[in-house]
Amino acid sequence: MTRTINPDYIRGDLYTQRFEQGKRENTLILNMGPQHPSTHGVLRVVLEMDGEYIVRAEPVLGYLHRMHEKMAEVKSYVGFMPNMGRVDYLHPLAWNWSYAGAVERLAGIEVPRRAEFLRVIATELNRISSHLLWWGAYLLDLGAFTPIMYAFEDREILMDILQRPTGARLTYSYFRLGGVGADMDERCLRQILDFVPYLRKKLPVYKDLVTDNVILRKRLEGVGDMDVDMCRRYGATGPILRGAGLASDTRLNETYSVYNEIDFDIPSFPETDAMARYMVRIREIEESLKIVEQAVAMIPEGEILIKGAPKPNWKAPAGEAYFATEGARGKVGVWVVSDGGKSPYRIKLRAPGFSNLSLFAEASQGTLLADAVAIMGSIDMVIPEIDR
Amino acid sequence: MNAIPIELIHIVIAIALVAGFVGLNGLVLVWVERKVAGHVQRRPGPYEVGPNGLLQPLADAAKLVGKQLFTPDGSDKLVFWLAPIVSFLPVMPMFLPMPFSPFLTAMEVNVGLVLILAFAGLNILALCLAGWGSNNKYGLLGAGRAVAQGVAYEIPLLLSVLAVCFMTGSLSLTEIVAAQGNWPWQWNWIYQPIAFILYFTCGVAETNRAPFDLPEAESELVAGFHTEYSGMGFGLFFLAEYAEMIVVCGVATALFLGGWKGPGAAGAWWFLLKLYVLLVIMIWFRWTYPRTRFDQLLNLCWKWLLPLSILNLLVTALVIKL
Repeated sequence: MTRTINPDYIRGDLYTQRFEQGKRENTLILNMGPQHPSTHGVLRVVLEMDGEYIVRAEPVLGYLHRMHEKMAEVKSYVGFMPNMGRVDYLHPLAWNWSYAGAVERLAGIEVPRRAEFLRVIATELNRISSHLLWWGAYLLDLGAFTPIMYAFEDREILMDILQRPTGARLTYSYFRLGGVGADMDERCLRQILDFVPYLRKKLPVYKDLVTDNVILRKRLEGVGDMDVDMCRRYGATGPILRGAGLASDTRLNETYSVYNEIDFDIPSFPETDAMARYMVRIREIEESLKIVEQAVAMIPEGEILIKGAPKPNWKAPAGEAYFATEGARGKVGVWVVSDGGKSPYRIKLRAPGFSNLSLFAEASQGTLLADAVAIMGSIDMVIPEIDR
Repeated sequence: MNAIPIELIHIVIAIALVAGFVGLNGLVLVWVERKVAGHVQRRPGPYEVGPNGLLQPLADAAKLVGKQLFTPDGSDKLVFWLAPIVSFLPVMPMFLPMPFSPFLTAMEVNVGLVLILAFAGLNILALCLAGWGSNNKYGLLGAGRAVAQGVAYEIPLLLSVLAVCFMTGSLSLTEIVAAQGNWPWQWNWIYQPIAFILYFTCGVAETNRAPFDLPEAESELVAGFHTEYSGMGFGLFFLAEYAEMIVVCGVATALFLGGWKGPGAAGAWWFLLKLYVLLVIMIWFRWTYPRTRFDQLLNLCWKWLLPLSILNLLVTALVIKL
């Protein structure tokens, strides 16, 4: 008995068929994802392989598209805030901030000073937790199973801390239009101050065990060159741009909130390889700790939300505004257009992950499959943010 | 009725005992691996099934046996199901010449080492068949890696073993152990430190353990050569891998660490103790290091391990001749 196989099954879907048109001889078309351990969720990459080497690569997006931009057009300004916690689940507070900042700029709302500091503290703690998770998951991509457990142990403490003011552990909706949702009490601030030296003590251990490991260095050094020119062409921001040697950071370049009162460095490494991007993120954890420490010391007493903050039936003045913050993955921009109604006329979300991922196709050409995994991990993708 | 030759009875009993030993050790080793992994990762490891999770491997084995055997569309059925068997069967004869103690050697063979190394080579064939037969591109890539890696690392492995054979002048594991003394400084690892390190490195690579687990590199190839296997198909590969770890560490114990000998009463317990120390080191590697890249792996073998092992062999030969 012979079984017939559905011809569509062999031919592949539209993306594969289109990709196959430029196929060379003696190469293999390989679908990496959407169900693959190292594509972090549902990214799909179609690869043309010559043995272990990659001839061409093409990311296929859209498996996690949730229409956030369209959703904004039917929701009230206040009601759209929880969506922002779900765009990038690893650094939701940057998205919170970009959206709140854009609407505040549109309506000319002044945020109380205490609220600005609370925003800085919460966002930086969130950045640390995002980088920690990236660190663990990246090492998992490179075949080391243990670091992610250590990263999660530290991240757990951060989530406990952030749970007190925000009420959530992952998809925070902490910010309000004109301030923040809840104050950080004495106990919370004390926990934060305890956490800073705790993590400072742990980081050298990670450096000894992981960063200085010869296998890791051989895997990352000289792999996946993304220079400044390439970053400009694709619009890459964040650790990728800083890993290319350009110390560009929205927190200082287009400074917002109270960042210009706080003393911190923008780490950048000129090597342009995966190791440089790795080092940028590790150094950023240290810098974020510095910011948090100063912000907790500088935090003034006062209101956390303006009087008469927008309610669900609030109408924004007609016009448009753009606000960008520095997320863990790069420049998080939100552009709001209002026609004077209860919900935005149009919202555009600029996801850094989307621009950063577009470098992958070029950077992975001619590399080994294992290198492609290392490059993909070094981009630090969060698929829901890329697809939005 | 013809009398059954005594030798045949001997072999049958020995193989039955070896099968029991392999099965039991597989279970124990799974538990040890998961416990060590747990403690390395700051968690307790298996805890619920039995005291301290001791029965967890049994529960896992029961689960694997109970699963549906699934053959993917378009696969070569014969090759697909032959592969796990080819992977597991050679493990049995490899244990026959293993000298647990002078009285506890299943079969005294004067070329025991050759027997073990010959059957160890069959494992690569199994991985190759598995990757080829499953009609899966990841499987195929995994099989390609397995062949390149297995063939490359077999050579320095053989050469480092040969150095010890030169010293003893025998290929019998029992004789090699007998030639070593009771104390740690009388064992071969003192005389052949380079060979010991080379052998252990190649052994880790031969058994496809991290950091050399490229044929099944899960973050690159999903599961490599056994991507399509479920239930006991996967179970047999799994058991074969653990059994081969035991063989590699057992041979290392016999060749370099004095086998059953040790301070105080000599016996099988010394052999098992040394065996498990080596196994825990192997497990420790896996949970500490990232995976190497394919070209780095082969570079390490052809550019460093192979010349070193040849040099070691030549020096050994020269010293013996003098």
